[in-house]
Amino acid sequence: MSGAGARRAGVGLKLASALVFGFLYFPLLVIVLYAFTTQSSAFTFPPPGFTTRWFSVAFADEDMWRAVRLSLLVAGLSTGVAIVLGGLLAGAVYRARFPGREAVAFIVVLPIALPGIVTGIALRSTLSLAGASFGFWTIVIGHVTFCIVIVYNNVVARLRRLSPNIVEASADLGASGLQTFRYVLLPNLATAILAGAILSFALSFDEIIVTTFTAGQQQTLPIYIFSILFRPRAKPVTNVVALLAIAITFFPIMLAQILTRERAGGTAGR
Amino acid sequence: MGGGVTSTQTPTERSAARIETGPGVAVRFEGVVKRFGDVVAVDGVDLEVREGEFFSMLGPSGSGKTTCLRLIAGFEAPTEGRVFLDGRDVTDLAPYERDVNTVFQDYALFPHMTVEENVEYGLKVKKVPKAERHRRVVEALEMVRLADLGDRKPSQLSGGQRQRVALARALVNRPKVLLLDEPLGALDLKLRQAMQIELKQIQQAVGLTFIYVTHDQEEALTMSDRLAVFNHGKVEQVGTPAEVYERPATAFVAGFVGTSNVLEGEVAERIAGSPAPFTIRPEKIHLAELDAPVRPDECTATGHVREVVYIGALTKYIVSLDGGGELVVFQQNLTTSSMEALQVRGRPVRLVWNRGNNRPVERAQGSEGSEDPEEGDA
Repeated sequence: MSGAGARRAGVGLKLASALVFGFLYFPLLVIVLYAFTTQSSAFTFPPPGFTTRWFSVAFADEDMWRAVRLSLLVAGLSTGVAIVLGGLLAGAVYRARFPGREAVAFIVVLPIALPGIVTGIALRSTLSLAGASFGFWTIVIGHVTFCIVIVYNNVVARLRRLSPNIVEASADLGASGLQTFRYVLLPNLATAILAGAILSFALSFDEIIVTTFTAGQQQTLPIYIFSILFRPRAKPVTNVVALLAIAITFFPIMLAQILTRERAGGTAGR
Repeated sequence: MGGGVTSTQTPTERSAARIETGPGVAVRFEGVVKRFGDVVAVDGVDLEVREGEFFSMLGPSGSGKTTCLRLIAGFEAPTEGRVFLDGRDVTDLAPYERDVNTVFQDYALFPHMTVEENVEYGLKVKKVPKAERHRRVVEALEMVRLADLGDRKPSQLSGGQRQRVALARALVNRPKVLLLDEPLGALDLKLRQAMQIELKQIQQAVGLTFIYVTHDQEEALTMSDRLAVFNHGKVEQVGTPAEVYERPATAFVAGFVGTSNVLEGEVAERIAGSPAPFTIRPEKIHLAELDAPVRPDECTATGHVREVVYIGALTKYIVSLDGGGELVVFQQNLTTSSMEALQVRGRPVRLVWNRGNNRPVERAQGSEGSEDPEEGDA
């Protein structure tokens, strides 16, 4: 990357970059730090001492575990549905030529551009009209609306990079539809599907706006965190739970990044 | 149309051959029509490709040549008519049930597989034993001179090398017919010319039937044993390169294969004594002085040089004829320099050529009258 001709960044640019990164990541650092503080409410800097007490408090909280379980379940199920529907949709939009194809492609992507609050209100009204009782399944329905988009976008982007003829080439060489899917399509799409799945899992896991409208009495982890924020004597517990949420979402997102990265040799010949 | 192919057969022999397509015919089209919505891509094509020949389908884009190739491969199904492969009616068979392989225009190599895996693919899905698979892959890669690049990925190869992989991937299956869809289109001129020769050599070495789609008339003329010229979804002429070039059947063929002058009506009557359309190749015409003698077996016309294009070995003159019409004339630059050639611009000249080089042709547009969708029942 840093070839002989590459210009070095000036001091100003370096400083600005450092400030931006600081702005983005310092709050996360604060959360990590104060998850271990000995103070229970009004925080001071630096923390007067460190303790892991809040972890035991948090882990002993049955409500917290219920929320984590619910969030994992919702995220897992939403992602599963999104893989099937989003993947099929990407295939249809990419391969088939049908009237209104562009419109379908647009409508699919729209929910992610709509403000969550609009999606939330719309879903709540519609589900009420349909007579649904708010709970686990309505949360999943809400999450699927945007999870589909993530999977769809990833898969469609990958399909566009592939030669449209490889499916025909495979059939031409004697492969049945199943063999073509197994040997040609899946290997080329697998990382895109997985990356989409991981991102949609992470997105679903920390979604709060749409969930607020569709959850009924159920508490997902973000809603749980939000609710304990206002309990005055449990602030470090909030930080511990937030740390947990970071851990659950951070590593999958890293993995998604690695999976969608172009392999070093992939661009050499272009 | 396909008249050049079956011209030696009497009508009875021909209908007998229809029922049991005899040996020696690799591919046969019978009244094939393909419509996409309102667009008629292939408009009633009858065609026979012989076993072991290098057969080109030549035509401008949108003339139906690629659709015909896809009909043979099985990527498209004809709206009407039948397609036979090696004597067997394959009209309703899927691509993977047909013993043909295709070299795609963009090669369509599998990006996640190495060169070797790409070539091996067809054998693998047909469950050929591993040892034989390996032997044949090595053999195919050697044939296209890529034996030492087997473990590269397609993205690490040059355009010409990818083209060879695509060829090896198809050849390794030893298909009845190899279909090539403008495979050299993406290569630069020098590489293209080298690959033309190599393709032809490979075809002769393996003895397979090659069906080659191209819009490049020079490519079709140099490589083919026979070629079919396509226009508006119809076959205008089938024949050897020499037949098609020397005796174009229609004005379209005359114009598309090489450069040709088509004269008709009043101009034709003045020069040749009949209003029937005919063509004359630019290289057959001599550029002479106005007072040059004209023998009785020669045609002549006068005019002035409107444009001169110096092409190195040749000079191209565009001559506006007195009394209407225009003729293109090629002259070899035997002694002429570019300066001398360019000075001729604007001068009055006499054009002289041997009457025997006039070729009567059908009007190409004449065939358009039959583009009635209701026409022809399968």
